[in-house]
Amino acid sequence: MATKWDKKVKKIEEHIYQIDKEGCMNVPVRIFASEKLLKKIKEDDSIQQGVNMSCMPGIQKQSIMMSDAHQGYGFPVGGVAAFDMECGCISPGGIGFDINCGVRLLTTNLTKKDVKSKIKELIDTLFSNVPSGVGSEASVRLSDEDYEEVLNSGLDWCLKEGYAIEEDLDHCEENGHMKTADASKISPRAKKRGRRQLGTLGAGNHFLEIQFVDEIFDDEVANTFGLEKDNVVVLIHTGSRGLGHQTCSDYLKKIEDEYSDIVDKLPEKDLAYAPADSQLGKDYLGAMSAAANYGWCNRQLITHFTRKSFEKVFGKEVKLNLVYDVAHNIAKVEEYKIGDKKKKVLVHRKGATRAFGPGHKEIPKIYREIGQPIFIPGSMGTSSWVLVGTDKAMNETFSSTPHGAGRMMSRHEANKRFTTENVIENLEKHKIYIKAASRRGITEEAPGAYKDVDEVIEVADKIGIGKKVARLVPMGVMKG
Amino acid sequence: MKYKYLKHTADAKFRAFGKDIDEVFTNSALAMFNILGKTDEVKSTKKIKIKIKARNYERLLYDFLEELIFLLDTEGFFLFEVKEIKISEKFELEAVVVGDDYKNYDLKSDIKAVTYSDMKIEKTKKGYEATVVVDI
Repeated sequence: MATKWDKKVKKIEEHIYQIDKEGCMNVPVRIFASEKLLKKIKEDDSIQQGVNMSCMPGIQKQSIMMSDAHQGYGFPVGGVAAFDMECGCISPGGIGFDINCGVRLLTTNLTKKDVKSKIKELIDTLFSNVPSGVGSEASVRLSDEDYEEVLNSGLDWCLKEGYAIEEDLDHCEENGHMKTADASKISPRAKKRGRRQLGTLGAGNHFLEIQFVDEIFDDEVANTFGLEKDNVVVLIHTGSRGLGHQTCSDYLKKIEDEYSDIVDKLPEKDLAYAPADSQLGKDYLGAMSAAANYGWCNRQLITHFTRKSFEKVFGKEVKLNLVYDVAHNIAKVEEYKIGDKKKKVLVHRKGATRAFGPGHKEIPKIYREIGQPIFIPGSMGTSSWVLVGTDKAMNETFSSTPHGAGRMMSRHEANKRFTTENVIENLEKHKIYIKAASRRGITEEAPGAYKDVDEVIEVADKIGIGKKVARLVPMGVMKG
Repeated sequence: MKYKYLKHTADAKFRAFGKDIDEVFTNSALAMFNILGKTDEVKSTKKIKIKIKARNYERLLYDFLEELIFLLDTEGFFLFEVKEIKISEKFELEAVVVGDDYKNYDLKSDIKAVTYSDMKIEKTKKGYEATVVVDI
């Protein structure tokens, strides 16, 4: 299918495409994709959204789109943009409604063989311990003081309350505590929405999977990450629940009210931004950081319930270690060489994973020499991947790499095309046991509705913005 | 037709119709809840009053739908019908929504937020139509 982008998108080198600067664009757009994935990207409005991103004030070097990019609101999902700290901006829609949606990986001292016969019991136990589905309610009740602490200090609160061990904090982006957090910048409405959701999986594309290490591509790195072939691992994918969604929404509207002159001229209102050095911009950074802390606490509580569930099924000797936890919807202050100067910028990653290369000071000490662990979940029931960050990502993509398979089929279409029964049957054929809060939700997340995650990974690996470490294959899926 | 769903890769997009603004808001609410479940199967055990003021119709629709998501998340409210809706020309909305506890139904997804993406409220020959994308 010919599209209006065919003439404008130029190939620069293998798997890297560019749209040159023209009109309102402050920088070019770079798309990191294979020909096959680029074709999919051209089918919806994502490239236009990438161009819109490049028109924003203070954007540095280039507007970036990952190989798993698809249409979002404001920024495309799979979009990355870095803004100047003085003349740049902060955009809630450039981060996403699910602030600190992310992924963490836990290793176990169990093998595929140990778990195989107990997978049903394990998933059922997890299902009763980890609340999931629409409006799922937490088992942890928070006092007002606790709630403030969750927002202001993230995993420090989990450690204090016995939901985390020291090592968990060492193995989490930002140690699970963004210092820029300010709970007072979160509205009472957002607080109310998140109040009873801490430690819940939610619904949609969020899941908890029991997987095993199917293949290792880099022995040394895998070994440092604690990954061994045939060992069982747990992947948790969820975010900051209603609190994050409401926070994004609140600030989108605040910006619309305070900067209506800017917003009314934008091609899409969801691009709304506040100048990075304005009071509202600073307030959003404080609120977003607090929501990010909530997101880490959410995944940590689920980790705690997961550890308890494993102990119940396999006994006290079972040990679950956190490899790492990465956010894929977030904005971060990071330092890059731009031109011949080192400069602090505000990197927006909306559906993109941070990918620091070897030596970066923010990588936990035990991984620092080899690079940051990256986890890229596949769609429900397909492979997920462990990659490692690279210098090339630092230079080319503001240390970013893809975040998932990326949808290619609408939910509506998936509902027409698949039935719950045949999705479950297909998973069972591949010896994957699934339990979902909603049977009807299963069809929307059918693997056939997503792009091929393996292709997304191949592209990242070939460009060198994330190197393959291990492929993980699911045995059991718990879905919201 | 009250509403129809339009193609959208990742989220859900719908167009709601109505002879007037009141009806187009009512049908937008139904379209949104029918993404999650089936509103016509819902019992009417809960009744909630909503009052909102905004600076234009788009923002009013955004706030109205967002209020319903808020009620879903905080009160477990799932919609059966919008009753007694009244929207003034000063963009003030008053409505009574009727529904039941979501726990009694199989709901397939969360709605994270209303978006402004492609949002439009337009006057047509037959009345009004509204286009909305919600983030799932």
